[in-house]
Amino acid sequence: MEKHLLEIKNLHVQYNTDEAVVHAVNGLSLTLDKGEALGIVGETGAGKSTTALSILKLLPDKVGEITEGSIVYDGIDIIKANNHTMREIRGAKITMIFQDPMSSLNPIMTIGEQIHEVLELHFPKMSAAEKDQKVDEILGLVGIQKTRKNEYPHQFSGGMKQRIGIAMALVAEPELLLADEPTTALDVTIQAQILQLMQELQKKYNTAMILITHDLGVVAEFCEKVAVVYAGEVIEQGTVEEVFTREKNHPYTTGLFNSIPDLTSDVERLIPIPGFMSDPTNLPEGCKFAERCPHCTERCRKEAPKLYEDGGHSIRCFLYETKGGQ
Amino acid sequence: MSKKIKKKTNLSNKSQLGMIVFRFSKNKLAMFGLAVIVILALLCVAAPLYIDYESVYQQSMADRFILPCAEHPLGTDQFGRDLFARIIYGGRISLLAGLVVVAMALVLGIVLGGIAGYYGGRIDNVIMRICDVFMAVPRMLLSMAVVAALGQGTFKMLIALSIAAFPGYARTVRASIMTLRNQEYVEAAKCCGTSSARIIFKHVVPNGLGPVIVSATLGLGGTILAIASLGFLGIGVASPTPEWGTILSENRANIRYYPYLGLVPGMFIAISVMCLNFIGDGLRDALDPRMKN
Repeated sequence: MEKHLLEIKNLHVQYNTDEAVVHAVNGLSLTLDKGEALGIVGETGAGKSTTALSILKLLPDKVGEITEGSIVYDGIDIIKANNHTMREIRGAKITMIFQDPMSSLNPIMTIGEQIHEVLELHFPKMSAAEKDQKVDEILGLVGIQKTRKNEYPHQFSGGMKQRIGIAMALVAEPELLLADEPTTALDVTIQAQILQLMQELQKKYNTAMILITHDLGVVAEFCEKVAVVYAGEVIEQGTVEEVFTREKNHPYTTGLFNSIPDLTSDVERLIPIPGFMSDPTNLPEGCKFAERCPHCTERCRKEAPKLYEDGGHSIRCFLYETKGGQ
Repeated sequence: MSKKIKKKTNLSNKSQLGMIVFRFSKNKLAMFGLAVIVILALLCVAAPLYIDYESVYQQSMADRFILPCAEHPLGTDQFGRDLFARIIYGGRISLLAGLVVVAMALVLGIVLGGIAGYYGGRIDNVIMRICDVFMAVPRMLLSMAVVAALGQGTFKMLIALSIAAFPGYARTVRASIMTLRNQEYVEAAKCCGTSSARIIFKHVVPNGLGPVIVSATLGLGGTILAIASLGFLGIGVASPTPEWGTILSENRANIRYYPYLGLVPGMFIAISVMCLNFIGDGLRDALDPRMKN
C-alpha cells in the first residue's frame, strides 16, 4: 500500500462538559495524499472543525478528548506526539486558515511582524534580511503591497486580512493546509478571489489542503475529493466527479443537493432536509441519519450501516450494501 | 466643509497609539495633571543643580523657624533646615519609591496574573488563592507587618509595599487575559507553533495591558500616599532622610504655630496624587475603544 500524507483512522472525539458528554466525532476515517485537495462538507455541529483541531492536536484542554482511533501524519503519530514535536509541526508542516479574518490577527502587532514571527519560530537560523525578503515575497503572492507590512490589522479590509492570514499560513511552505470555512465571513465577490488565491498557491507549493465548508459549490470548484460528514462520521466519500454526477448518493447528500437553488430547473421552493441532526449527547443506535431519511427501514434504526465502497466512491447506507463494507 | 473631511481622513490614518495619544491630549484635566507631574518630576530630578544637598541635613539652631523669605522660600523647620530643599529632595524619594513599588508589583502581577488567566484551572486557583490571602489583610497593615518582620529601611519598605500591591494587578491582568485567551488570534498563534510562554507574553498580555496601565497609574498615587503614611508613622523612610510623609511627621509638633510646615509637604502629596489620578482617568478614557473619535 502506498503511503498517505495524512491518515485518520476511526477517530473518536468527545467533549466532556459538566452537563453531558458530547460525541463530536464518531469513527471518522480519511486519507489525504500530497498536493491533494479534499473538501469536508457537513452542517453545523457535524464535527468538521473538531476534526481539523484534532489533526493539530489543539482541542480545548481537559474538555476535548480523543478517545479512540489514530491520526498519522507523514509517519508521525499525532495522538502520541509530545508538545515539542507538535510545536514543530504546527506552522511548518500543518497550518490552518481561520473562519474569521477580523479576529485571527493580533491587533497590536503589524502584519509584517506577525508573518515574520512564523519564520522566527521555524527557521531560527535564517538571517533577518532573508526573512524580510520572504515576508515581502509572500505578501506579493497574496496581493498585498509590501509597503503596507508596517501597518496594523485594523487598517485592512476583511478580504485583505484573510489574504494576510493565508500569507501567514503559507510563509513556512507547509505540506498540509487546513482551511476552516475560510470564506464564510467574507462577502461573495471576495469569496471567489480568496478561494482562487488559495488554489493558485496550493498548486504552486504543491500543498495538500483540507477545505472545510458547508458550501457544495465551493467543493465542486476547488477540490478533487469530497467527504460528506454527518454526526461525526463520514457518510459519503469519493472524487468530486463521483459524488457530483449524482448517480449514487447517500440520502443525506441528495438532501443537500436538493436544498441548493438550481439555475436550470424551475422549482417554486427548495426542498430542505426535514428534522434536525441527532443530539450529539445522545446518539441513536442505528444509522444516525435514520430519523430524517426518506428511505429509512426497520433495519436502519437497529443496525449502523458500514461504509460500502464501489471503486473509490463509498457510501454509508444499506441502499448500496455490498459485501465487506468497512 | 472640505476642511473638516480632510481632518477626519487624517485621523483615521493614525496608528492605534496615535489615536490614544490624540484622545488623551483632548482631555484637559489629564493634560493638566501630566504637566504638573512632569514639572514636579523635572524639579526633583534637577534638584542637585540648584539646591545644595548640604542644606537638606545641615542643622542650625540659629536658623530655626525662619518664615518664608528670599533665602528660604518655604522657611525652615525646628532644626533650621530649609523646608523647600527638604521637600524637593523628599520628592526624589517619594516619586521614585512610588515608581519602583508600582514597577515591582506590576512585574509580579503581570507574570502571576498572566499565567493564572491563561492556564486557568488548578494553576489559576492556587495563584489566585495566594493573592486572596494578601488581599484579605488591609494594605497598610500588611506593609507594617512586613516592615516589622524585615526590619526598617527604605528598600525593605519598598518590598513591603510591592507585596501589598501586587495582588490587585494580578487580578486585573488575569481578568483581561481570561477574555483574550479564547480569541482566534491566540488559536492562530498556536497553529503557527508558538510556545505557551510566547503566546502569553507576546500575544495575550500586550493586548490586555490597557486596564493594567490605568490601574498602575491610579495605583501610583495610592502608593505615594502609602509611602507617606508609613513615613508619617515613623516606619517608612527614616528621618533625617527627607521624604514627604516623614517631613510631615517631623513638623507635626509645630503645626500649631507654624502651620505651613505641615501644610506645604501635605499639599505636595495631595497635588501629586491628584494629578496622577487625573492622568489615570484620562488614560482610561483614551484607552476605552468605545470612546473612539
